Amino acid sequence: MNYHWNWGIFLEPAPDGTGTYLDMLLAGLALTIETAILAWIIALVLGAIVGVLRTLPSKAASWAGFAYVEFFRNMPLLVQLFIWFFVLPELVPRAWGLWLKQLPHAPFYTAAIGIGLFMSARVAEQTRAGINSLPRGQKLAATALGLTTAQTYRYVLLPMAFRIILPPLTSEFLATIKNTSVAITIGLVELTGAARAMQEFSFQVFEAFTGATVLYLLVNIVVVVAMRLLERRVAVPGYITGK
Amino acid sequence: MFANFDFDVIGRSLHYLLVDGMTFTLTLTALSALGGLVFGTLIALMRLSGLALLGRIAGLYVDLMRSLPLVLVIFWFYFLVPYIGQWLTGASRPIHVGAYASSLITFILFEAAYFSEIMRAGIQSISKGQPAAAQALGLTYGQSMRYVVLPQAFRNMLPVLLTQTIVLFQDTSLVYVVSITDFLGAASKVAQRDGRLVEMYLFAAVVYFIISCFASFGVRRLQARIAFVH
Amino acid sequence: MKHLRMVGFALAAAFCAGQANAEELTGTLKNIKDTGTITLGFRDSSIPFSYLDDNQKPVGFAMDICHKIVDAVKKDLKLDKLEVKLNPVTSSTRIPLLANGTIDLECGSTTNNAEREKQVWFTNTHFLTASRFVSKKSGKLDKIDDLKGKSVVSTSGTTNIKQLTEANASRNLGVNIIAAKDHAEAFLMVETDRAAAFVMDDILLASLVAGSKDPAAYAISSDAFSKPEPYGIMLRKDDVAFKKVVDAATAALYTSGEGQKLYDKWFMQKIPPKGLNLNTPISPVLKHEFAHPSDSPDPDSYKAM
Repeated sequence: MNYHWNWGIFLEPAPDGTGTYLDMLLAGLALTIETAILAWIIALVLGAIVGVLRTLPSKAASWAGFAYVEFFRNMPLLVQLFIWFFVLPELVPRAWGLWLKQLPHAPFYTAAIGIGLFMSARVAEQTRAGINSLPRGQKLAATALGLTTAQTYRYVLLPMAFRIILPPLTSEFLATIKNTSVAITIGLVELTGAARAMQEFSFQVFEAFTGATVLYLLVNIVVVVAMRLLERRVAVPGYITGK
Repeated sequence: MFANFDFDVIGRSLHYLLVDGMTFTLTLTALSALGGLVFGTLIALMRLSGLALLGRIAGLYVDLMRSLPLVLVIFWFYFLVPYIGQWLTGASRPIHVGAYASSLITFILFEAAYFSEIMRAGIQSISKGQPAAAQALGLTYGQSMRYVVLPQAFRNMLPVLLTQTIVLFQDTSLVYVVSITDFLGAASKVAQRDGRLVEMYLFAAVVYFIISCFASFGVRRLQARIAFVH
Repeated sequence: MKHLRMVGFALAAAFCAGQANAEELTGTLKNIKDTGTITLGFRDSSIPFSYLDDNQKPVGFAMDICHKIVDAVKKDLKLDKLEVKLNPVTSSTRIPLLANGTIDLECGSTTNNAEREKQVWFTNTHFLTASRFVSKKSGKLDKIDDLKGKSVVSTSGTTNIKQLTEANASRNLGVNIIAAKDHAEAFLMVETDRAAAFVMDDILLASLVAGSKDPAAYAISSDAFSKPEPYGIMLRKDDVAFKKVVDAATAALYTSGEGQKLYDKWFMQKIPPKGLNLNTPISPVLKHEFAHPSDSPDPDSYKAM
């Protein structure tokens, strides 16, 4: 094999003066987690709203929700990021465009918002499925008790729906973390980007990517365990949520 | 707002975009879907085979592929496949594998993990009576799978499989990170050469949107048609 | 004891296998003879060394040199037909793709330096250039210290981005370094005001500016990040036989005067796709290099006549 192995590369100093190559990967990991969390918050909030919209009795709301979901589901994430990063600053008035382009950490905010919107469509679908899976009697009983639609959702439907969809939401959160890697195309140096930079500076291809792989696997395990704990804590005894 | 944009650039480069770019994207999608389905079904069968070791290996493979971002997997295979080829064929140096072959291998192996989960759900949803009846009729495991279980599982899961294929179609755009010329890559090259980012990226977005929209619409109609209670 | 014997057998087997190849073709030459193809790596926007013309065909100074090398290889191996495959590479994929066998020769604008020579080999130098930056004239950026606190772009995997990173750390410039996939994308960032400056080899910068929509709007810095460094065509490390053939081909090309003719074709005449003329006469250092071809990574070893 024509390849020179060097596993000690992780402890050698990186040329960008921030420490060792391992520090470079860890900095990328930190950025991955930050982007994923910000994106996930956006996705949850918007996704829940749109999911609820789709289950409302009003036809207009239902249609608006449908259009929203279809818009974000039918375009690849990469194309969406390009639109937000490259196209948007050119379409708005010149002063705003310049501000957007020269914003420090522009790739971070663009990635977080872009990924957040993309995932919000999927969260919306999950929320809709969760609400629709509840027995019809719940909503009828709430109306019989005199609750308004808003109150019905807030106190009766959503609490149970969220517990039901917690497992699929876990995989959506993991998908969000994985999707942050797409942001290397707009210049975000998250974990995959850091591994790539490490490969370019040190020529140690396999060591760099193995490091990134191991870190992604670790993050996966931590998230899965944490979500499982969360599921157990919020489970309502006697209800068929969780395994 | 759209005053100084030159949408003619789309017309001029349409031939290149469609012939070079879209052909690659569609071919990659089709071949990866087929390959991923075949390989994924094999993995699903391994997991459900009841043999502990086979199940473990298959399970680990699926978990690994599902925990890693596709971008990272693309990088891995892009640089790794020639070395694997060298190891497999015992050559004296890494064998030449083009970008096309390497991306095909990447997507087949990656999507196989997702297809295997779908097929596994499909196989498990077939009532136990079916394989039992097949066995009673004297069919071997292989025959009962091939003639009784898998056709039914496939038909049940067809909408989900097709939806996953649409996702795969969108994921092929990620070969951009290794500078392979798929549809998005072609649009990007024209955009950078002529400085027409807005026009090309908007065009690419619209094309992906239209294709995916029609495809999911088709899947929904198919779902309505083949749905049956069993 | 059994262990030692196994180790002994393994060593003997490896030794024998090594010896067996001593008389036959090895490495890339063997592969070319067996498959009848040679694969060249090309760039998509390293004007005028290796770039795509209007028909998306790779052309350029380095491409022409590579085709001459291919002719020499064909003659040396006494082949009737040698198929030439072309594979696109970027600054960050060129070395891994060479190492993993996807390409046999990288024909572009790759800087030859001691650090890279640990991973790959270079043939005789075909150009010398220093690292500078381009920016919009309106920004009035000329010295490296002017970049303090700005967003500066460079292409991933190049010596230039490494020099920029090191200068940023050592001079405490607080520069926000953006990495682009290739030169066209990086220059576009300066064009659209996303980055204040683009650090790259000055000849590539000059070509990009000349081919841009408004060449007068840009200025190349007078400050350089490095001394003029040599460009070389890359081939795999430890492939002694192939390097011999390639070195002989390039040396013959340069010393015979054909090298000068090729240079004039790409630097003193109209080039595709827009027919612009770079009008860059051959520098004394490069003239000396053509007369005495060298593959040294040391910039100081190249002197004018």
